Amino acid sequence: MTSPLVSISGLEKRFDLSGSLLEQITFEGGRFRRKQEAVHAINGVDLEVQKGEALCVVGESGCGKSTVARTVMGLLSPSAGEIHYDGQRIDNLERKDSLPYRRKMQMIFQNPYASLNPRMTIQQTLEEPIRFHHPDWSPVQVRDKIHEVMHSVGIDQDWGNRFGHEFSGGQRQRIAIARALAVDPEFIVADEPISALDVSIQAQVLNLLMDAQESRGLTYLFITHDLAVVEHFGTRVAVMYLGRVCELADTKTLFSAPRHPYTQALLSAIPKLEDDRPNHIRLKGEVPTPVNLPSGCVFHGRCPYANERCRQEIPQLITTDGGTQVACHAVEEGRL
Amino acid sequence: MALLEVKDLDVRFAVRGGDLTALRGISFSLDKGERLGLVGESGAGKSVAAFSILNLIAKPGYIAGGQILFEGRDLAAMSERELRRIRGNRIAMIFQDPMMTLNPVLTIGTQMVEALLAHRKISKKEARAIALDRLQKVQIPSPEKRLDQYPHELSGGMRQRVIIAIALLLDPEIIIADEPTTALDVTIQAEIMDLLLNLCEQENVALMLITHDLGVVSQVTQRMLVMYSGRIIEQGPTREIINDAQHPYTQGLINALPQMGEPGERLFQIPGSMPSLKNVPSGCPFHPRCNFATEQCKQAMPEYVRSGNVNVACYEVANLIEQEKRMQEAES
Repeated sequence: MTSPLVSISGLEKRFDLSGSLLEQITFEGGRFRRKQEAVHAINGVDLEVQKGEALCVVGESGCGKSTVARTVMGLLSPSAGEIHYDGQRIDNLERKDSLPYRRKMQMIFQNPYASLNPRMTIQQTLEEPIRFHHPDWSPVQVRDKIHEVMHSVGIDQDWGNRFGHEFSGGQRQRIAIARALAVDPEFIVADEPISALDVSIQAQVLNLLMDAQESRGLTYLFITHDLAVVEHFGTRVAVMYLGRVCELADTKTLFSAPRHPYTQALLSAIPKLEDDRPNHIRLKGEVPTPVNLPSGCVFHGRCPYANERCRQEIPQLITTDGGTQVACHAVEEGRL
Repeated sequence: MALLEVKDLDVRFAVRGGDLTALRGISFSLDKGERLGLVGESGAGKSVAAFSILNLIAKPGYIAGGQILFEGRDLAAMSERELRRIRGNRIAMIFQDPMMTLNPVLTIGTQMVEALLAHRKISKKEARAIALDRLQKVQIPSPEKRLDQYPHELSGGMRQRVIIAIALLLDPEIIIADEPTTALDVTIQAEIMDLLLNLCEQENVALMLITHDLGVVSQVTQRMLVMYSGRIIEQGPTREIINDAQHPYTQGLINALPQMGEPGERLFQIPGSMPSLKNVPSGCPFHPRCNFATEQCKQAMPEYVRSGNVNVACYEVANLIEQEKRMQEAES
């Protein structure tokens, strides 16, 4: 296999909750104590994105999927671990050295109502990244580039003088995609790009993303909670739970033969058109807080197959016969 | 007689520059214990339809015409005083965001007791016992403890269970649920939907479910309405519509779902987007986005025609039915 375009290894991200030193100190039982608390958003994630693929990261709210996206893009700095782009480590670069990577890597956000500057016209919105990354380009070159991306995402050139608020959600998301494509990126991180849109508009935007992938040879890291979209769009899928990857497989394999008990429950919960009376796999309880992570396998409290080992020991990703990577003691021991 | 019958309902919003028509000629009925789905994209008017049943449309909106008959009495013509006896008591409502529905400064118990005392002459102690019973019905873990907790102490899924418990407090005839699971994760959504379905069945409560999720509608409801730009464009048994939608818009909605497409292939897409209320196209409001639109579609809104058990407002479908009839006549 060729070397991956983006590789993430041992990634961890904690968000400190305890505030300043004074806020951390409490007086208990006659002595001062210092208490520190943190949200453990990502706890050791290893992922490799191959050139030309669409790697989807799925999971429920709070599983750390957006944090992975933001950390890869350099919007957050990792607490531990490394991120490599085309063999080069990028998470510790100086600002100046990171510029070429910022052009190659672009992001599309969930909410097109928030991601467009309300005080900029569409023309200005699209011009800004081009001028920033290509300060030597002539105004004609910039204009031609803008026309090219506008055309490729199917937006009218007359929109240039209008503002973001004048457009519907689907149109705004097109503009946001055009902005990302304007600097000819190789790698796009899309964080729930269609969740805020209506069904008929979702299909339009998904088609647009697939067309762009084909014509520009893009590589995607696609964050979503919608499994139906993953099945349609993804080359491979990583399922996350409480800051860890619990299963990683080809899309087809994952949907036909999910191995991890959490993946199985997640798949069974998708409302499908066919069945009248769905048979959901019921999970006990709810996702625990990422402030106090459970010991051992983070899923053990809700897992019907959990035993003593699951409560003690953190499972590592192992590769099964089908090629699926799964982090589960029950699968490893052949209990499942 | 149907439990709830909406006849030719028109809802308008009086804004500067004239009235905007949010609902036009909405007619449907709901039987006792029936589960009805209301489907459409944002701006179709499904929430306005739900709110107008209990006359909860805030100004500048108003009901401009039509009747809302609940057990034969017209809710649209009732005084605020009379309506208050029905709201929450006979017809309960569940909203999308549980945090907006619950009062953040009152405990769950206080809010439930308050709702009970507003409608029934019972003691606080009795009210608390009923509240506890409903919390048990929605399978909340440790229900006694929840009565004394505040909404922020509960998770999203648990809050929505509390909302369902509150909706069930006074044994309503109808529950109107406006996107009750949209704010929740898939696994929690599946649990809440199961719960709502089972409770409605057990208690023989009619459910009107408003959602944009065709998967949910297909699993939960028996009949469904599809709305577009303030009109019902198709209504009938859920299974029949899902399996064999007649209206081009409904067909498009179903075919645009990623699960209907071949993985990796382009999805079916409906061009354009829903028109704003300020400039609804003439005739059939869907015609600018429709592949089958003809001159006729631009002129006047099509009448409903019956195809199987489904009512559809579309000239194309009407023409097809007409053709079929003629062919059958020619054969015989």
